[in-house]
Amino acid sequence: MSVLVDHFDVFASGLWLTFQLCLLSAIGALILGTVAAVMRISPIPPLRWVGTAYVTVFRNCPLTIVWFFAAFGLPALGSNADFLRIPGLTSVFSRLGVDIPYFRFAIVALSVYTGAFVCEAIRSGINAVPTGQAEAARAIGLTFTQNLRHVVLPQAWKAAIVPLGSVIIAMIKNSALAGFFGLVGELSNSGVNLTSALGEPIIPVFIGVSIGFLIMTVPLGLLLDHLERRRAVAR
Amino acid sequence: MTLHRAVTTVAAGEPLIVLDSVNKWFGPLHVLQDVSLSVDRGEVVVVIGPSGSGKSTLCRAINRLEPINSGTITFDGKPLPAEGRALARLRSDVGMVFQSFNLFAHKTILQNVTLGPVKVRREKSASARDRAMTLLERVGIASQAEKYPAQLSGGQQQRAAIARALAMQPKAMLFDEPTSALDPEMVGEVLDVMTSLARDGMTMVVVTHEMGFARHAANRVVFMADGQLVEQAPPDEFFGSPKSERAKDFLSKILTH
Ligand SMILES: Nc1ncnc2c1ncn2[C@@H]1O[C@H](COP(=O)(O)OP(=O)(O)OP(=O)(O)O)[C@@H](O)[C@H]1O
Ligand SMILES: [Mg+2]
Repeated sequence: MSVLVDHFDVFASGLWLTFQLCLLSAIGALILGTVAAVMRISPIPPLRWVGTAYVTVFRNCPLTIVWFFAAFGLPALGSNADFLRIPGLTSVFSRLGVDIPYFRFAIVALSVYTGAFVCEAIRSGINAVPTGQAEAARAIGLTFTQNLRHVVLPQAWKAAIVPLGSVIIAMIKNSALAGFFGLVGELSNSGVNLTSALGEPIIPVFIGVSIGFLIMTVPLGLLLDHLERRRAVAR
Repeated sequence: MTLHRAVTTVAAGEPLIVLDSVNKWFGPLHVLQDVSLSVDRGEVVVVIGPSGSGKSTLCRAINRLEPINSGTITFDGKPLPAEGRALARLRSDVGMVFQSFNLFAHKTILQNVTLGPVKVRREKSASARDRAMTLLERVGIASQAEKYPAQLSGGQQQRAAIARALAMQPKAMLFDEPTSALDPEMVGEVLDVMTSLARDGMTMVVVTHEMGFARHAANRVVFMADGQLVEQAPPDEFFGSPKSERAKDFLSKILTH
């Protein structure tokens, strides 16, 4: 197990990169999923169709296929996902700005894939809000968007937070695929390198990788349990 | 204290809400059958009738919470617009009070009352707040302003819901069985608020089983059965000598208890 001590810096930087990937992808997935959920309940049929099509495709395709399209399809279309080089963000998350695009492709793949699940979690939250709430909002003259923003979504979030958390935990675990799609230096890729390039023993290395993932997922899980218990008390 | 537009009393006597040959189906169920009804400014109309006769649907059709299949509904001289901004504007002029209160559960009572004025009417939050407090005082729950709906009794919640509707300075108020979900001891406090509104000249359409309220506050009682307006008359006349068999039958059932 000395590998954990000897190469602590490798594990730490891998964890840090994976954390950045997960944070940015979670934000992307939450935005995409919320937009898709709003589209799916909008009164305008074409928007509903787009939202439904998005969820149907990405919830039912394997993540590796989605990632394959992100990592090989986008360059084939001439895109290096440069729209993610968001000023300000690139100074905090330096990998966002580099010329090698695999960090950005990883964010695209994880966000788009996870967004479909976020959409469904939010929609279940919206369905949990009693219809009388939206009706009362319409009755005082709020428009569809005002109704969502001030009445329905704030309440839907509360009901959706626990399923959303599960979706994000699944996403963190899925991020382990990133190394196989060109992202050098994330947690699982670091593990692979330690074993193949430096000949370190496999089992201790992947115990280290597991610990890295558990450091991110277990606290999130505990937080969700806590929120769930608090909601049960409030009810 | 008069808290709604003076217009409602000034121009009393001309029609504000007009339904003309309105039909509504829920699938095969014909819930509103050729309903025509006109409500004047300042008039208080009480709608009664057996369960399932279409009273709620009628009430909800007036602000288009329930779209109709044929016929026309005009409010303040203009036909109801299709879904969109114009309809939102119209709804802001028609207050609605629901049987189950429907206060926004994640907002305090004060926030419930100010949301519409601030977001729909673009009122400054300070002045909306002042007006909201005046209204909450009027309905007797100013001390509950910072609480959440779940912390209030049913009667208090319904009075808050009335304040929320009044905050939009509506031209008319619709009440759909506002006291049916209340414990008996709380019915009075809500009816008192409604009675004082009626005295102030608010135009009101009230679906209720409270015959006492109908007798002393209504200008007209409308009796519905099976989706039709069967009979309408001033309360004394309606309760004293109902004309239709359906109304006689209905009254005998509810008044014997
Ligand atoms: N959304 C709906 N879909 C299908 N049928 C409905 C719907 N809403 C109401 N109905 C039916 O339409 C009829 C009229 O309903 P409505 O609620 O207007 O009656 P009501 O007179 O208000 O009755 P109550 O005194 O029980 O409130 C009933 O038979 C009811 O079952
Ligand atoms: Mg009803």
